[in-house]
Amino acid sequence: MADRVCVQINSEIDIVTARQKGRDKAQQLGFSSTELTLIATAISEVVRNIVEYARRGELCVGIVQQGDKRGIVVVAQDSGPGIPDINLAMQDGYSTGKSLGLGLPGAKRLMDEFEIVSEVGKGTKVTMKKWVQKNVR
Amino acid sequence: MLVPILKQGDYLIASIQSELSDADLLKLRDDLVRRVSEFRSRGVIVDVTVLDVMDSFATRTLRSMAHMIMLRGAETVIVGIQPEVAFSMVQLGLRLEGVTTALDLEEGLSLLDHKIKGDNGLG
Amino acid sequence: MKKKGTNQPSNEADTALRQELVEHFREKRELLRQQWVEQMTTKGLLAGLTREDIENESITIYDTCIVCLETGEYEGAQTYATRMAERGVLRGMTTEQIIGGILTLRDVYGRSLFEWYQQDMERLLAALDIYEPVANKILSIVALAFVEEREKIVRQQQEAIRELSTPVLQVRDQMLILPIIGVIDTHRARQLTEQLLRTIRTNRAKVVVIDITGVPAVDSKVANHLVQTVDASRLMGATVIVTGISPEIAQTLVTLGVDLSKMNTVGDLQGGIEEADQLLGYRAIRIDPASGSNHQEKKVQ
Ligand SMILES: Nc1ncnc2c1ncn2[C@@H]1O[C@H](COP(=O)(O)OP(=O)(O)OP(=O)(O)O)[C@@H](O)[C@H]1O
Ligand SMILES: [Mg+2]
Repeated sequence: MADRVCVQINSEIDIVTARQKGRDKAQQLGFSSTELTLIATAISEVVRNIVEYARRGELCVGIVQQGDKRGIVVVAQDSGPGIPDINLAMQDGYSTGKSLGLGLPGAKRLMDEFEIVSEVGKGTKVTMKKWVQKNVR
Repeated sequence: MLVPILKQGDYLIASIQSELSDADLLKLRDDLVRRVSEFRSRGVIVDVTVLDVMDSFATRTLRSMAHMIMLRGAETVIVGIQPEVAFSMVQLGLRLEGVTTALDLEEGLSLLDHKIKGDNGLG
Repeated sequence: MKKKGTNQPSNEADTALRQELVEHFREKRELLRQQWVEQMTTKGLLAGLTREDIENESITIYDTCIVCLETGEYEGAQTYATRMAERGVLRGMTTEQIIGGILTLRDVYGRSLFEWYQQDMERLLAALDIYEPVANKILSIVALAFVEEREKIVRQQQEAIRELSTPVLQVRDQMLILPIIGVIDTHRARQLTEQLLRTIRTNRAKVVVIDITGVPAVDSKVANHLVQTVDASRLMGATVIVTGISPEIAQTLVTLGVDLSKMNTVGDLQGGIEEADQLLGYRAIRIDPASGSNHQEKKVQ
């Protein structure tokens, strides 16, 4: 995909860059200002998880087309420790850090589609999509 | 990115000027907590108008900041959360429990006046 | 019957005949166009159009159709149909007027071919083979353009109605009222929250009264949206008072795990507004028999 933008994630400073890139791409696609914020926030959460639990990884944003739907696809991938129990990690309030445990379930609520694949010792990949609302101008 | 902290009478006002990295935000928290003790301030306002994302980390940091400031005997008011940001925060599940909020700097100041000096305002 | 592209000679014959038709229609342009306009007038299809409009449009449509016949390309017709649909629908023209107009033109062309080739049945059939697919294609292009335009307008109107049905009212300084009426789905609930949050910002509101008397039923989704709206408003510094919660809805909310004690609820809208007044520092002064005063004033301490 030519219109795919990736950001290498090496430290917390890259979180700001990653969500800016996501916001730019979403803006090109014509998302409303509220939706831009939702997308940037979801990106912030998954990239922060990379920094926090896997140290480094990559965030890519691209455009998806499915039938007459157009949208943004966000992929956050790392080769970190992986998540032993995904169902548990997706629960509100579950955190192995001493945090709120809202990142993953929250990001899922902010986007239209959310998929997480993880293998212990191999890494984690989160894929999220949001569709442009058709009947809004 | 440095966040300027203004001392105005009994209050400290921190106006965030641009998107902050995590480290910037932690530094702001520590600076504010230190200065509240130093100046014996009674109120703190953090203006987040320019922030277009408030994720779980930012929320957690602001909450812990408000808590630490409270332990030093001062009130914290977060002002300027944008409509889109507020919407996004509640969707994420973030509520900033126990932290006082106001529309903007002006409202924040009158809220502090009301709480601290018993002046008229919305309580 | 000649099928397109079966063999060269027939194709060449086709092309020649096609050109012949084109020339015929061009030659007879004024005559046929007048007939067309007359028939449309008789059928009442041109109601509401000015003379000038009729002249201009009929010439353009006539010529555009001939170009389609000549080149086998429909782009021009497509563009024109879309434009015509946009304007036609806006001016309140009916589908009958537009489709009827094109059908009439098809008849005029057809009749003129019958007259012209009446001595040569073979040639007439061949001519109709060429002419009919083009006429049908044009008709479907125009019909489609109209349907699409209608759908577009319906969508816009639905949007507008949605916005209208969720009015955020400013009753006094710093106080907003949001009466929610009807069934709330996720889309509408989101729109409602966004609109409220923006209005809080622009009107610098401090208290919002959300009245849900007009909401027939609350499910977990709606309850969730309500809680989110209350929380988001608070993040912007505004206090929300929810009024009009019927006992049934209160029961549902509790069952769904909503902590009503954390929500500012007042029985009815009137009570909600009074409560909001108090929060804002207004107080209603009860009729005092001695002074007879009954007014509201800003509380000054
Ligand atoms: N990329 C990752 N690699 C390894 N573990 C992860 C990764 N992302 C999430 N996790 C695990 O899943 C848990 C839940 O993640 P989530 O983002 O929901 O909450 P959190 O990061 O603990 O808290 P919050 O995001 O609210 O600050 C984390 O505590 C962590 O154990
Ligand atoms: Mg997280």
